[in-house]
Amino acid sequence: MTPSDPSPIRLDPAAVAEPAYSEGREKLLLFMQNRLGMFGLVLVVLFFLSAIFAPIFATHDPFQMDIPNRMSGPTAQHWAGTDQLGRDTYSRVLYGGRVALQVAAIGVSVSLAVGLLLGMVAGYGPRWLDNLLLLVFDTIRSFPTIVLALAAVALLGPSLNLVLAVVIVTTIPGYARLARTSTLALKHTEFIMAERSLGASPGRILLRHVLPNVIGPLLILAAMDVPVVVTIEAGLSFLGLGVLPPTASWGTILNEGYLIIRDTPWPVIAGGIPLVLTTIGFTFLGEALRDVFDPKLRKGH
Amino acid sequence: MWLYLVKRILLSVVIILMAILVLFLMLHMIPGDPASIALGPRATPEVQAAYAAKMHLDKPLPFQFLIFIGNVLQGDLGADVFSGRSVAQTLSEQLPFTIILAITALAWSALIGIPLGCLSAIKPNTWIDRVTGILSVGTIAVPSFLVSIWAILVFAISLRWLPVIGAGDEGDILDQIQHLVLPAFAVGLGWVGYLARMVRASMLEVIGENYIRSVRAFGLRHRTIVFRYALKVAVLPTITLIGIGFGGLLSGTVFAEIIFARPGIGKIIYDMVLARNFPVVQGAVLATIALYVLVTLMADLVVSWLDPRVRDSL
Repeated sequence: MTPSDPSPIRLDPAAVAEPAYSEGREKLLLFMQNRLGMFGLVLVVLFFLSAIFAPIFATHDPFQMDIPNRMSGPTAQHWAGTDQLGRDTYSRVLYGGRVALQVAAIGVSVSLAVGLLLGMVAGYGPRWLDNLLLLVFDTIRSFPTIVLALAAVALLGPSLNLVLAVVIVTTIPGYARLARTSTLALKHTEFIMAERSLGASPGRILLRHVLPNVIGPLLILAAMDVPVVVTIEAGLSFLGLGVLPPTASWGTILNEGYLIIRDTPWPVIAGGIPLVLTTIGFTFLGEALRDVFDPKLRKGH
Repeated sequence: MWLYLVKRILLSVVIILMAILVLFLMLHMIPGDPASIALGPRATPEVQAAYAAKMHLDKPLPFQFLIFIGNVLQGDLGADVFSGRSVAQTLSEQLPFTIILAITALAWSALIGIPLGCLSAIKPNTWIDRVTGILSVGTIAVPSFLVSIWAILVFAISLRWLPVIGAGDEGDILDQIQHLVLPAFAVGLGWVGYLARMVRASMLEVIGENYIRSVRAFGLRHRTIVFRYALKVAVLPTITLIGIGFGGLLSGTVFAEIIFARPGIGKIIYDMVLARNFPVVQGAVLATIALYVLVTLMADLVVSWLDPRVRDSL
């Protein structure tokens, strides 16, 4: 029998590898068919682009004052009107997106990393450590976010770093609980047992074997957490307890707009819309990802 | 049942103790003199000395903590160092405003959200389901403080229908109700969508169960099945979620109180943060957390009473 002989039982390498590929492709297709998910993706991409390329898209310097045209409505020159100092609201909203992006990127990635680590330790470690960590998570969750933030601001004074710290501390338990549950389920599976009997250290088992298996759902949760984080930043800045003027953030735009709400409605309208669009975008994207990649998660949220 | 009850209550007590510890440590983890951090630059040395004496700041930390916890357990949340008023007194005056706002918001959103969720579960993938779905995401997507601002813009400034500032005159019920409408609308709007989605999801799950199939085999109408038989079970996860979400609801009331200049716990915390009056902030935050822990506890107990399966899970 020559190697080229077509034999019905011979396994074609391409055919063996195919199921894995086609599963991924099938999920991608499934995701692309999800219209709301694609809509969310477009909004999310728009959020990233507008924040990153704010200096290119902006028509004005966000601090440049145009006193004669102060508190104007939308005009050809000022697309979204101006505020009490005649600063261009459209440009300020674009630059405000950079603050939101910064808080979302740093806040979500740090709390995901810490939550993942703590969750895996809680799930894999001894029972007492698990109970202790659970208690800590439950305590943190018992602080209403804004109330905790207010207490912290009372002592430390407002700053962007404090907003970040509050965001990170309050969102860690969500990731940690999710990672813990998946780790607990993995702990007694055969391949982990096998690894343990080979003498692998707990650190190696967690990082090389548990982590790749538990991180998926956490990434989906991260997408859904972005609006939460952005809203906390905007809310605190709106109260004057987060990012401080004259820095443009969606919260400070709303704050300054609220003071002149009886003179012009445009700043509070323009400052709020990106907040809504970002929330809708990340929510639809997160839900579509969840439905396609991890339908089990649906019940928990 | 009793074991569950004891365990669950114990957990709540431990959480409140932990929260007290966190609030206590917050002040001491920051480098510097606790009295001047807590009271801000406005406090005179005399006021600082009085605070230091009251909190026994010269004693070792564990001793201070025991004194603090002892005071809290006796209902003594400290005193406003500037006016000398008892914090517990101030809070007991403010708390009813917050509770009324929270309950009104929750009530109207449940009245609309739960039936909406049922309706879209009865007819999944029809136009009514789609509209409900879009409405839910729409209402969830607008943060409550933005709803407050936009509601003021539309209903108070453009249309001039409703008053914006305060909680209304004392004794004038109609005036008070008028002042409650916009804040309750703002706090509850997101919950309409939230509840509708939750009820829809758990309803769809329940409808698939065997006992509903048996009822259907008896020939009952679909609508009767949903509202008479399925809703009872489908509403259970919603009760738990209301408990968990109550923290978010409290955050919403904090914003609404500040934006509508309405008295309440949130307004007090905010005003005292700006005035750098940490003793009052500390007491008010503690009261909020205790309230939240109490609500989640009640929600869990109600669910475990209604659904015996839950009792084994703790």
